[in-house]
Amino acid sequence: MSDHHAADRVNKPLPKKLYITGWILTGIGLLLYVLGYLTDESHAAFANVVNFLFLASIGVGSLFLIALEYLAGAVWSVPMRRVNEFLASLIPFAVLLALPIFFHLHNVFQWASPEIVSTDTILQAKSPYLNVNFFVLRFVVIFGTWIVFLYFLKRNSVLQDKDKDQKHTRFNIRISAMFMPVFAFGLTFLAIDWALSLEPHWYSTVYGVYFFSGTALAGIAAATFCIVLLYKHGYFPQLRRDHFYSLGTLMFVFVNFWAYIAFSQFMLVWYANMPEETYWFVARWKNGWEYISILLIIVHFVVPYFALLSQDAKMNLPRLKFITVWLLFAHFLDLYWLVMPTYSASPVCGWIEIGFPVLIVGLVIIMFGWKMKRYNLIPIGDPKLQKGLEFHL
Amino acid sequence: MTENTMIQKPLYAITAIFDTPNSILHAAEATSNAGYKEFDVHTPYPVHGLDSAMRLKTSRIGLFTFIFGLLGVLSAVSFISWITISNYPLVIGGKPFWSWPAFVPVSFEVTVLLASVLSTVAMIVFYFKFPNISHPLHDTAYMKRVSSDSFGISIQASDPLFDQVKVEQFLKNLGGTSVGPVYFNQEELEHGQKIFDPKFLAVLSVIALTVSIVTYFTLNRLLYVQPFNWMMEQGKLKAQEPSNLFPDGIGMRVPVEGTVARGFLPYPYKGKPEDAARYLVNPLLPTPKNLERGKAKFLTFCSPCHGNFAQGDSRLQGQFPNPPTLQSDKVRQWPDGSIFHVITEGQNAMPPYSRLIAPDDRWAIIKYIRVLQRAQHAKESDLK
Repeated sequence: MSDHHAADRVNKPLPKKLYITGWILTGIGLLLYVLGYLTDESHAAFANVVNFLFLASIGVGSLFLIALEYLAGAVWSVPMRRVNEFLASLIPFAVLLALPIFFHLHNVFQWASPEIVSTDTILQAKSPYLNVNFFVLRFVVIFGTWIVFLYFLKRNSVLQDKDKDQKHTRFNIRISAMFMPVFAFGLTFLAIDWALSLEPHWYSTVYGVYFFSGTALAGIAAATFCIVLLYKHGYFPQLRRDHFYSLGTLMFVFVNFWAYIAFSQFMLVWYANMPEETYWFVARWKNGWEYISILLIIVHFVVPYFALLSQDAKMNLPRLKFITVWLLFAHFLDLYWLVMPTYSASPVCGWIEIGFPVLIVGLVIIMFGWKMKRYNLIPIGDPKLQKGLEFHL
Repeated sequence: MTENTMIQKPLYAITAIFDTPNSILHAAEATSNAGYKEFDVHTPYPVHGLDSAMRLKTSRIGLFTFIFGLLGVLSAVSFISWITISNYPLVIGGKPFWSWPAFVPVSFEVTVLLASVLSTVAMIVFYFKFPNISHPLHDTAYMKRVSSDSFGISIQASDPLFDQVKVEQFLKNLGGTSVGPVYFNQEELEHGQKIFDPKFLAVLSVIALTVSIVTYFTLNRLLYVQPFNWMMEQGKLKAQEPSNLFPDGIGMRVPVEGTVARGFLPYPYKGKPEDAARYLVNPLLPTPKNLERGKAKFLTFCSPCHGNFAQGDSRLQGQFPNPPTLQSDKVRQWPDGSIFHVITEGQNAMPPYSRLIAPDDRWAIIKYIRVLQRAQHAKESDLK
């Protein structure tokens, strides 16, 4: 029916103004990073961990959604898949964003500081895993494998635009199947290495799943925000309410999943009431952190839950736009809540907290400006595209 | 079929069968475009896009689900709160009675249960118009087909635009096959709702009565028939139970006047430490068996405060005042009777241990304390 319409959406670049704004924001962000590291090394390094995890989770969360689409044979998300691909392309930038932290490992991680380890028998016992060399090796392996998968998934998708060959879809399904376990293990190790090991005495077996719930939510929220914005400015003329409803539903699912996992983690620790486990939550329940903890529950669960509960809400574009930004903030707050209590006994919010994410916003805009010049916003060669465009609830 | 029976059978709807999901979507759209309001579509599986093709409004069931879920969470939380605060308060793990995190899983389950079960009930009540338990389309050739491999549409006779000939032609033009009428069930119309049929109600009551009686006899009689009673009934007297064995009917007896039960000999030197020191004699010999027994009891009852070597080096870490050492000259020169008296009656901050340690065990502990004292103050001759 609308075969010809798809081809209309080939290479429509972002407005130049926005592209330039992206570069300016990136410049400001970089400047703030340099300033941050010059004025308060340790604070900047901790804030850098938060921002690195934020960028990495948006990137790999999007890659997860791409693989999920191929594996589930999903049809409705095909027209919007490029947005996920563009966001997943941020993964290499996450690696760059992590680099400054490697020069301040001893400031951030107790186990990386030989003086602390020499007086701590627990850290000595954990040192076969928690040592700088192995840490760097894990980082390289995790991001190396992810970038390889990202490269192949993206390359096949783009090649298909030209030759319209179904074999690329079949190949990508196989790659996605291989990617899923790599993703699961990689994300768990990423969470353990960069967030859990900040408190090396503490442990939680559900931590990786907890991190995954936030990651997937961030990926969907970021993609939905971009899709709504692009739709409003005429980049996605063929999308309908049904597509937005599906995005909203997926977001709603992961809002609930996050709350479920977060509560599971809390309740077991609360119930057992063992000092070696509870101190992690106790640290987040005093000196002002209790307000951040309560805020996290409200921001990450209560508000999005009721905002997305009704059927109409999931198709209401202004509300979707608002709630996606809200959820991205919630994910940032979640990471802040996981990481920063190790840095400071009471919550800190200075120009470093507010200024560092500017770089990420800039990077996302540049990424879209850059990719939309080179690639089609809609995968016009995908065999499922027509069905995806005609998708009905 | 004669003219006569045709008149007697009131028409419910005209139905038509379509072969593909796309054709049924098209038919539904055309039907709503033609202005029909009272029609329904039946498919063997959910077909995407029917809602908009039929111009259905957003279902109200979601609102009911929300209200039922709210009902679930409120009733669960208030019920658990009532139990834990006032009805049966129990200290669990040293936590406050009203420990809300423990309520969350149960409240969540009750919320889901009530929301889903009551939504289903609401759906039956609203869409099937309970107590109507039948539907004119049930048990028709049409329903048999649309619930296996075909897609069907039925335009009801109650629709204001309905005209049998026009509707049949309309559906045929859309490409429908097996276009035909479906009539109300004559019997049902004459006899009213089947659920109020005396025969049905009688069968229902018989079933209910049978289940109740069988349950009652299983739980109250069958389980008490020997030997299948799982030892629930035993021929012994429990505390506070009456008994017909005695003339006064009281199950719990008091000892005969002037007698003492075995192991309940009263302590004769209450408040008289000097007499205890003078008259009490340790009845045990320091055999390895007695010393082992004394060691076990000492480590259990005495060592937490007095220390493993009776040096007063407690493991209490300041939570309780440290007791004096038992290695002092004073205690070493005490006769066994004095130590027995202190264990029995307590001293200063030390509570009496007469209820926890049997008299023979007390004597064994004293033997072991003597060993500890000797070990710390060994004589030259011991070393040879």
